[in-house]
Amino acid sequence: MLRFIAMRLVKAAIILIAIVTLNFFLIHAAPGDPAAVMAGEAGAADDIFLEQLREQFGLDKPLLTQLGLYLGGIIQLDLGFSYRQQMPVADLIFDRLPATLLLTMTAFVISLVLGTLAGVLASARVGKWSDTLISTVALLFYATPLYWAALMAVLIFSVQLNWLPGFGYETVGGNYEGLDRVIDIAKHLILPATTLGLFFMAVYMRMTRASMLEVSTLDFVKTARAKGLKPGIIQRRHVFRNALLPVVTLAGLQAGQLVGGAVLTETVFAWPGIGRLMFEALAQRDYNVLLGVFFVSAAMVLLFNLITDILYRVVDPRIRAS
Amino acid sequence: MTDFWKRYQRNRGAVIGLIILLAVVLVAVLAPVLFPQSPWKMVQRPFLPPFAMERFPLGTDTLGRNVLAGLAHGAQVSLLVGLISTLVSLVIGIPIGALAGYFGGWVDDALMRFTEFFQTVPNFALAIVLVAIFEPSVQSIVGAIAIVSWPPVARLVRGEVLSLRSREYVEAAILSGQTNATIIWRQILPNTLSPIIVLASLMVATAILLESSLSFLGLGDPNLMSWGYMIGAARTVIRQAWWLSFFPGLAIVLTVLALNLIGEGLNDALNPRLSRKGK
Amino acid sequence: MTSTPSEPVLCIEDLQIALPEGADRAFAVDDVSYELNAGEILCIVGESGSGKSMSANAMMGLLPDQVRPTAGHIFFGGQDLLTLSEAELRDLRGRRIAMIFQEPMSALNPLMRIEDQISEVFEAHNLLTPKERRARTLELLNEVQIPDPEKAMQTYPFQLSGGQRQRVMIAMALALEPDVLIADEPTTALDVTTQAQILELIHDLRDRHGMAVMFITHDFGVVAEIADRVAVMQFGKIVEKGTAEEVLDNPQHDYTRKLIAAIPKLLAEKQDVITSPTPILEVIGLCKTYRSGGGLFGGPERVVKAVNMINLELAEGETLGIVGESGSGKSSIGRCLVRLMEADAGSVFLAGKDMAHLKGEDLRSARKSIQMIFQDPFASLNPRARIGRIIAEGPIAHGVAASEAFAKAAELLELVGLDKSALDRYPHEFSGGQRQRVGIARALALEPRVIIADEAVSALDVSIQAQVLDLLADLKVRLNLALVFITHDLRVAAQICDRIAVMQKGEVVEIGTAHDIFNAPQSAYTQSLIEAIPGREKELAAAS
Repeated sequence: MLRFIAMRLVKAAIILIAIVTLNFFLIHAAPGDPAAVMAGEAGAADDIFLEQLREQFGLDKPLLTQLGLYLGGIIQLDLGFSYRQQMPVADLIFDRLPATLLLTMTAFVISLVLGTLAGVLASARVGKWSDTLISTVALLFYATPLYWAALMAVLIFSVQLNWLPGFGYETVGGNYEGLDRVIDIAKHLILPATTLGLFFMAVYMRMTRASMLEVSTLDFVKTARAKGLKPGIIQRRHVFRNALLPVVTLAGLQAGQLVGGAVLTETVFAWPGIGRLMFEALAQRDYNVLLGVFFVSAAMVLLFNLITDILYRVVDPRIRAS
Repeated sequence: MTDFWKRYQRNRGAVIGLIILLAVVLVAVLAPVLFPQSPWKMVQRPFLPPFAMERFPLGTDTLGRNVLAGLAHGAQVSLLVGLISTLVSLVIGIPIGALAGYFGGWVDDALMRFTEFFQTVPNFALAIVLVAIFEPSVQSIVGAIAIVSWPPVARLVRGEVLSLRSREYVEAAILSGQTNATIIWRQILPNTLSPIIVLASLMVATAILLESSLSFLGLGDPNLMSWGYMIGAARTVIRQAWWLSFFPGLAIVLTVLALNLIGEGLNDALNPRLSRKGK
Repeated sequence: MTSTPSEPVLCIEDLQIALPEGADRAFAVDDVSYELNAGEILCIVGESGSGKSMSANAMMGLLPDQVRPTAGHIFFGGQDLLTLSEAELRDLRGRRIAMIFQEPMSALNPLMRIEDQISEVFEAHNLLTPKERRARTLELLNEVQIPDPEKAMQTYPFQLSGGQRQRVMIAMALALEPDVLIADEPTTALDVTTQAQILELIHDLRDRHGMAVMFITHDFGVVAEIADRVAVMQFGKIVEKGTAEEVLDNPQHDYTRKLIAAIPKLLAEKQDVITSPTPILEVIGLCKTYRSGGGLFGGPERVVKAVNMINLELAEGETLGIVGESGSGKSSIGRCLVRLMEADAGSVFLAGKDMAHLKGEDLRSARKSIQMIFQDPFASLNPRARIGRIIAEGPIAHGVAASEAFAKAAELLELVGLDKSALDRYPHEFSGGQRQRVGIARALALEPRVIIADEAVSALDVSIQAQVLDLLADLKVRLNLALVFITHDLRVAAQICDRIAVMQKGEVVEIGTAHDIFNAPQSAYTQSLIEAIPGREKELAAAS
């Protein structure tokens, strides 16, 4: 297991280096002076700052040397400087990272748990009205843009019903302490996490349902029936566990979309995470921040992938052995 | 063909999806006729609620623009961007998948590492970065969507080609002296067509969602009215004017839903043996 | 093997099972009656689609959805199984009627340990304490002769061999000492020596436990080996039933006679060995090694020598059989010969030219002389191409004009016994046997001098198999072809081959004329293979 994790970490490191390289080339592919691109919107930065940038990144040197300098900076966790916000990009991001982690992890867990449950339920009642209902709702969630679901949720639960806060991470000026603060944050978390999770819930539901039906036709399920086992046990022990494997794989693949989707959700709910940071950077053409967030969110995706890979190995003895 | 339609129309949802999509296409095509004026033009007082005036059944927005006209013109953008970016993804993904699956070995390794990379990268974040750096325009949006959408195509095609490659009829074709190009083109690709068509119909749906999300964040083509832009522009006034976000969103949901339903119907019709059980 | 007449434990009367609308016939089984006696092995024999497994599934309540019994009774323990509720049936399943299946790999849950899968049977019927279940599981694994049962309990199915998995299935079925054991083609997926062991095990267990065994099979060899009584099915009806002796030695119904006549006979005739000064195909020192794992992080590398220093010669007009069990390397040889797979070392001289080292255009033109017939009649034809194109493609690729190639294709179709109207039709319109004929026509289109037939009749029912074998034998003579016939089936090899090479673990353990191999096998492995052929003893006894 340790060797497997080590192997995965090396692979992740390679992907991260590739992303940094991609970022580097994007800066150079962008129309205009790379220094101006790094500084933010062209014309907004003063000449001294631009000169500093040219110096620091060797912008007059050959491209490969520049790449080396850029990579070197990233390895020291130097994601550049935001001229707009007068702060190192890394500081900006790490300030906001916990909020995003909280949001995405919660959405991930909610969507995975509810999605598989709904899928199991639908597959058990295939063709009946409850299956039709669950499948239809999933189809709707699957077609709903994340940000629109978020807006409608704000409109209904926050504006109309006034049940839940639809703005921010905690009550401004609430000054809650301890458990009260946790509850306050949890209340603020419900709408963003649920609306971010809706789409993925639908994905997992559909996958689980299809996978359960698929596995039900396999020979070992017939064996289980031939043993005289009760349908409930067959579903739980034989069908579900095997049906879960493709869902876990899918969950790993979807992690990237989940992290990307956070940009939209955080924008709607003014959630102070890196997604919101990205949106702000967009408006200000603050490319350093943009690329920094992109890099960190890719790292988050790799983390999610690692978790699902480990999960997969725990569930499937065949992978463990090979 | 009649067989195909017979199997397709057995899926009721797919027929409904087709009807919705045809309606959306009709609106998009007729938009310049129905609403000859630019959808950007101010036509009434701002914040006119829906159903208040017969000429503007869905009301007006923050700048007094006709919401219905915006929806009709937005349909054009959504459908075109969805379709073209899917086509571009197919053009990238099919050759990569086919080459990887057919030649295997280091070609496969290299191409699949490349594909994996694009699949691991958070695709929406990458699309944002690409559009932001290359300035928002139809070209950059289509390009960005295609760049983040092709990996599933490549993986699907590779998987299909890989399994077809070891199929005996392909081996027979190799032995009979046909060239690699002939074999890929005549023996293998025609047999991967059904899953590609199904995937493509679902990808158009995803591309429409992506385009609308980019426009929502203000990364749409500034010259084109789109559904995502309309919702994004109305985001801050949601408390005063719910209809500005509601109707464009509904249009997106219906269009994407229709495409997904069509995808399921195509799947039933093209892969009769693999079609969903229990129905 | 005489049956001891006793009380029937299970009695099927006038059973009729309807198929869903749109199936090729109305009833899966119709008007089927038979009884099963305690301590008796009843073989239900039939070709694919005969409905032979249906009545077994009906008594277990395991019929597929949409397939329902519409008439008749299945009496067991004084009750009609068809009238029982699902809960009542569930109580009988595994406890009084148990079942084993064809594919032991897919019949076991890949994610559960063997111990858990066996002790689940006790749990299903609320019997024994967990500790007792464990002890009993160990006992059962001992009884079915799994090596190192303690360790086997902790393994997952993928860690066992095919034969071991089937033993686990049998242990599971025996767990509660059922009155009836249903075995649905339990040895079809196994190698011949493993099959012999499993058949022996089932036989012994029947003797020891006195249960009734219902053994479903397509293979008359297996019937001869194990049956007390036999019921032969065709198109959902029982056409003949009786004791094994009656049915095998004196079949009454035409269909049974036809089936038995179609079985390839084991006695290879003594023939003159075909010799020629220069062989058409000569293989020298062929090697192929598979490597898996290894690499930077992959753990220890596994190396399998699939083909290890093989030397073979093939004379013009000769048929050389390559016989072996799965994993023996026989298919790898065939694929290396035509370069669908690259050998690591060695030479393959085809009419004096070394195929193994040709490249590009030279390889392409050399391959015209060596073509292949494949195993799976469904996978070997492009489903989206018309038959005419499938046959003509090869010559066209070699520069023959299209019109000429299609005219030739029509001739070839007639040569392999199909109508030339087939040219414009698609593969799915043909049966397995017909498709195999198309595959043969395709191989002949390039006028090869050597044909490699890789398990070319293994996927066919026995009656179709006989026809295709006859066609091959006929074509071989008419076109003066040399044939390399790769098969796991010794009976087929005995019928068609002049010489046979027996392979084990990548090496040829013995090579000789078919007659010598079957009558005077030299190596111990060949002897064990031949002894394991089901029905052999009976056939020899009948012949002498």
